[in-house]
Amino acid sequence: MPSLQQMAQREGAFAGGHRMCAGCPVPIFTKMLTRVTDGYEIVAGNATGCLEVASSIYPYSAWKIPWIHTAFENAGASMSGVETMYRALRKRGKITRPYKFIAIGGDGGTYDIGFQSLSGAMERGHDLVYICYDNGAYMNTGVQRSSATPPGANTTTTPAGKNSAGRRGSKKDLTRIMVAHNIPYVAQASIHDPVDLSDKLKKAIEVDGPAFINIHCPCIPGWKIGPDMAVELARLGVETNYWPLYEVVDGQYKINYTPEKRIPVSEWMFLQGRFKHLQKPENNYIVDAFQQEVDRNWGWLNKQAA
Amino acid sequence: MSKTVAITGAGAMSEAMRQMNPDVVPAFPITPSTQVVEDFSQFIADGKVDTELIPVESEHSAMSACIGAAAAGGRVMTATSSAGMALMWEMLYIAASMRQPIVMTLINRALSAPINIHADHSDSMGARDAGWIQLYSENNQEAYDNLIMAPRIAEHMDVRLPVMVCMDGFIISHCVQTMQTEEDDAVKAFIGEFQATYPVLDTGNPATWGALDLQDYYIEHKRAQHMAMQHAKRVIREVSDDFYKTFGRQYDLFESYQLDDAERVIIAINSIAGEIKEVVDERRAKGDKVGLLKIRSFRPFPYTEIAKALEGVKVVTVLDRSESMGAYGPLFGEIRSALYDVAEKPLVYNRMYGLGGRDLFMEDIDKLFEENKSYLEAKKVETVFDYLNVRGG
Repeated sequence: MPSLQQMAQREGAFAGGHRMCAGCPVPIFTKMLTRVTDGYEIVAGNATGCLEVASSIYPYSAWKIPWIHTAFENAGASMSGVETMYRALRKRGKITRPYKFIAIGGDGGTYDIGFQSLSGAMERGHDLVYICYDNGAYMNTGVQRSSATPPGANTTTTPAGKNSAGRRGSKKDLTRIMVAHNIPYVAQASIHDPVDLSDKLKKAIEVDGPAFINIHCPCIPGWKIGPDMAVELARLGVETNYWPLYEVVDGQYKINYTPEKRIPVSEWMFLQGRFKHLQKPENNYIVDAFQQEVDRNWGWLNKQAA
Repeated sequence: MSKTVAITGAGAMSEAMRQMNPDVVPAFPITPSTQVVEDFSQFIADGKVDTELIPVESEHSAMSACIGAAAAGGRVMTATSSAGMALMWEMLYIAASMRQPIVMTLINRALSAPINIHADHSDSMGARDAGWIQLYSENNQEAYDNLIMAPRIAEHMDVRLPVMVCMDGFIISHCVQTMQTEEDDAVKAFIGEFQATYPVLDTGNPATWGALDLQDYYIEHKRAQHMAMQHAKRVIREVSDDFYKTFGRQYDLFESYQLDDAERVIIAINSIAGEIKEVVDERRAKGDKVGLLKIRSFRPFPYTEIAKALEGVKVVTVLDRSESMGAYGPLFGEIRSALYDVAEKPLVYNRMYGLGGRDLFMEDIDKLFEENKSYLEAKKVETVFDYLNVRGG
C-alpha cells in the first residue's frame, strides 16, 4: 500500500477545473481511483448525477482515464458491458494488459433507480467495483428524497411544514443488501478518512470479482451546510455510528473503527440545516427514534463482527 | 456453397449470429424472441462460438450493456421483442445517439395492454424516431440476409448507427421455412473485422463518453446523427449490392413487385407481402395491372425513391400493422408525404390490419384490390382510414 504522500504524487484520475460545488468532497475519492494500486488499467463509468454532469460538460472533461456515462439507472449494466467486452477481447488476444472497472453512482442512482441494475451486475459476478457516494438525496436535481435519506430530513419532496416533519420511514441499508449478494468484498467508507478509504478502494479493485463500496459523502447545498463542513460532518457521521466504517470480506464482517465515546446522532444532525426543524420539541420523537435505530444497527453490526 | 435448410425465423437469426460470432451478446428472454437467445446460449455451451453472453436482469440492462460493450470496442448483438424493446426505449435513443453500431433482432409483437404475444408492428414503429436503422423482413431468408448485412451497414464509418432487423412474431419467428444459409467462412469474410472508434478500453487515449451536451453543441450532434442516417441510405444499397455479388440474393431499400406498369398498388411491411405477391400474381395472370411495394428500410425512409417508383400509379393502398392512436398509420403518413412530390398524385388511403396477430387472408387482399379498383373508377377515395377484419365496424 503506497503512503498518502506517495499517492498524492501519482497521476490522479480526475483533474481540477471540474464544476462540483465548492467544498464538495466527492473528488476526494475520484482522484484516488488511479492512485491506490499499480498494475491495472483503470476504466470508470458513471450513473447520471452531480458528479457526472459537473465533470463532463462538453467539450470539457475532468476525466483523465476512460470514462463512460449512458443513463441514470444503469451504471451497473453499462459497466457490465464494458467489463465483458474486455474479457471477450482478452480471450481473443486483442488485449493483454490487466484492467479493472469502476462504476460510480450517487444514492439516487444506486439505492433507488439503479438498484436492479446494480443487483444484476453484482450477482452475475463481473470483475467490477461499484462505488456509491451516499449524500442522502437526489442532490443533482435539487435535493429530492431518496431511499437513502435519513429520517426527518427536510428535502424538496419531503419538506418540513405545518403537517410534515420531513422524510418519513427509515433509510434503506444498501450495504447489507449488497452483503446478501454473496460477493467477495463489501465495505462502508467515509470521505473524511483517506487512509481507510484508499485501503478499501485498493482491496475492492484488487479482488477478483464484484466489489461494492458505500461512501458517506456530505453535500453542501443538500445538507444546508457551509463549504468548509463536509469533512467534519463525514467524521461526525462515523463518530455517532450513523455511518459505521466496516468491511465484509467473503462474508466475514470486520468493523474498521469504533468510536471512543458514544456521541448522540443529534450532534451530527443539528449541524445541518436539513434537520433544523427537528429541534422543535414536538419533533423530538423523530430524533429519539433515529437514535434508537442507529443504536440498533450498531448493535447488530457488532454482533456480525463478533 | 450455400446450403438449403428448413429452419424457423428465430432459428435463422441465431444461426446467423453463430456464423458472425460477435464479441458480446447481452440478452434477456421474451416471447417470441426467446429462441434466439436460447439457441445462442447453447452454441456457447457447445463451444460453437466464443462470444461472451451477459444474461442480464432486464431489457433495459440488455441495451445498457450493449452500449457499454460496443463503446468498449467490439461487435455486439442482441435480440428482443415487444415489451422488451419498450423497456429499452430510453437506451435505444442513447445507443443511436452515442453512435454505437449494435445489431439487434427485433421479432415484432404487439405491445400491451391487453397483453398479446402475436405479430404487430407497434414495437418497432414506436421506436421509429429512436435513431436506429430499421430493416424489415418478409420471410426467414430475408431476416437471415438482413442480419448478415446489418453489421456492415451499422459499422460503416459514414454511418455508425445501430440496426434492428425486424420480422413478424410467430408468423416468421416460429414457422419453419426452407431457405439458403451461407458458409461460415463466407459470412465472416462478408462482415469483416470490427473497427473500433475511440474505444473505452483504449487507456492510452482516454475518451469521455456520454458527456453533458447543452445548448451550444447538442443540435450539431443531432444534425450529424441525421446526416449519418442519410448516408445509411447509400450504404444500405452498397452493402446490398455487395451481398448480391457475393451470395446472389438481391435487395434494395424496398422491393418493387410488378410495379413497372401497375395502376393499383398495395404498400406493406413484413410477412403480409408474401400473401400480397400471391394475389398480385393471380390478378396479373388475368391481366389486372396491380403491384406491391414492400418496405425494407423504414429508417432511413426512402421518400424520393418511393415517389419515383410510384410514378404512373393511380391508386395506392397502404397497409399498417401498428396503431398511432388519433392519427393515421405510421407507414401511411410516410407514403402520403412521399407522394406529395409526385407530379400526378395517385389516390392514396390507409387500412389497419392484423393488430395482435389477427390474420389477413388472400381473399381479404383480393377484396382490397377490388376496393381500390372502385376508388379508381370513382376517381375518389371514399374512406381514407379504416380497419380490416374487425368486428363491430
